[in-house]
Amino acid sequence: MNAWANIKTIMKRELGGYFTSPIAYVFLIIFLLLTGFFTFTIGNFFERGEASLVSFFTWHPWLYLFLVPAVGMRLWSEERRLGTMELLLTMPMTAWQAILGKFLASWAFLALALALTFPVWITVNWLGSPDNGIIAAGYVGSLFLAGSYLAISCMTSAMTRNQVISFILSVVICLFFILAGYTPITDLLTRVASPVVVDIIASFSVMTHFEGFQRGVIDLRDFLFFVSVIGFALFTTGVIIRGQRAG
Amino acid sequence: MIKVENLCKHFGAKIAVNDISFTVEKGEVLGFLGPNGSGKSTTMRIITGYYPATSGRVTVGGFDVAEKPIEAKRLMGYLPESAPGYADMTVNGFLGFAAELRGLTGSAKKAAIDRVIEMCFLQAVVYQTIDTLSKGYKHRTCLAQSLIHDPQVLIMDEPTDGLDPNQKHEVRNLIRKMAPEKAIIFSTHILEEVEEACTRAIIIDRGRMVASGTPAELKARSPSGKLDEVFRALTLSDTVKAA
Repeated sequence: MNAWANIKTIMKRELGGYFTSPIAYVFLIIFLLLTGFFTFTIGNFFERGEASLVSFFTWHPWLYLFLVPAVGMRLWSEERRLGTMELLLTMPMTAWQAILGKFLASWAFLALALALTFPVWITVNWLGSPDNGIIAAGYVGSLFLAGSYLAISCMTSAMTRNQVISFILSVVICLFFILAGYTPITDLLTRVASPVVVDIIASFSVMTHFEGFQRGVIDLRDFLFFVSVIGFALFTTGVIIRGQRAG
Repeated sequence: MIKVENLCKHFGAKIAVNDISFTVEKGEVLGFLGPNGSGKSTTMRIITGYYPATSGRVTVGGFDVAEKPIEAKRLMGYLPESAPGYADMTVNGFLGFAAELRGLTGSAKKAAIDRVIEMCFLQAVVYQTIDTLSKGYKHRTCLAQSLIHDPQVLIMDEPTDGLDPNQKHEVRNLIRKMAPEKAIIFSTHILEEVEEACTRAIIIDRGRMVASGTPAELKARSPSGKLDEVFRALTLSDTVKAA
């Protein structure tokens, strides 16, 4: 109970931090403009002539690649730069509670951004009659995709006091998670490696696991994949934060 | 209240704290003296549970800081060296945040905030964000944070650093006023502060404790009876060596 109170306090502060600075508004506007642009212009939403949000969700792994690290990069590097980390970690709570609180706050913020794309959903329902179950699964998948990137950004943010380094590192790691299962890359790999190896590499990719959600299939394995990436990255964050102090 | 036994801290090959032991009881104010980089801050960070010790033991109120960190941290208030604060928060918001992490909610939280705002003279800046504060106010805001739960143990790393003479005086008064009820450790470069506010002082140099005693005892070590001469005699040789 006490733990939850601490996590909530951290979350509240973190969310407040987004909205008292321009970060939140800049992010939300850019995110919504870009999703609109990719869905309707690049994704040929209207020309497709089908009542689905495929052209919307397809872009999420790429869009999040730059936008999610921008949200996560400050989480810990800012604490280190300001020196508030010392304050935070000498409070009567565990480092876990702080890590979780910060992560959940940023994830909630990303969920808000995602929820604000509802006009796209309204549009597709107004124009046709899509399978809203598939769309709901797509949203769940997208949220977990964002959570995975965010946990990785959390981890790189704990490594450095420099937000730019934190941003670049997490973009590179997330890019790896995309490319490992990106069709042009896997096609290239099949020429030099056996299909089994390619499958194993692809199974580490967010693309492979996000695909099912987009088709409306919530597979436990896909779900577990995202949860393990989040769990692993947050665990590593804890190890890094502990390691820095051990000297 | 605070018991430090054979404390050592290594950063790689560098020995930052080398076999320091002391105790501080309720009602005592212990002054930490020493040149820059002598290990004062590191020692305080170990006591507050921020750094784990390489070896040795710290107990606060009977709780081992390494084994029962939450219980030990609950008893302590801590003012870190740079007096950090969240730039985007208001003073009121920041103190509320600290209060909640200390388990204070509702009217207890509000009363605690009001109490420290008055104690640290923050009335004029309550709704200002921390990044707009002058250094003195920023420092006192962080000090207020350390007092929010009226802790039994207070650890302050250079509490008067960067304050103007009037503010320094106020902070020393505050320390003296709180002294009978608490166990206090503070570090400083200013020797008069030790004479004015401490019941006991320790001089640390290059991670080692080189002297300990009441301000009067320390002064008696020098023929002229001046604390700064004692300080120089104990620590200067090393400064010269380092240079």
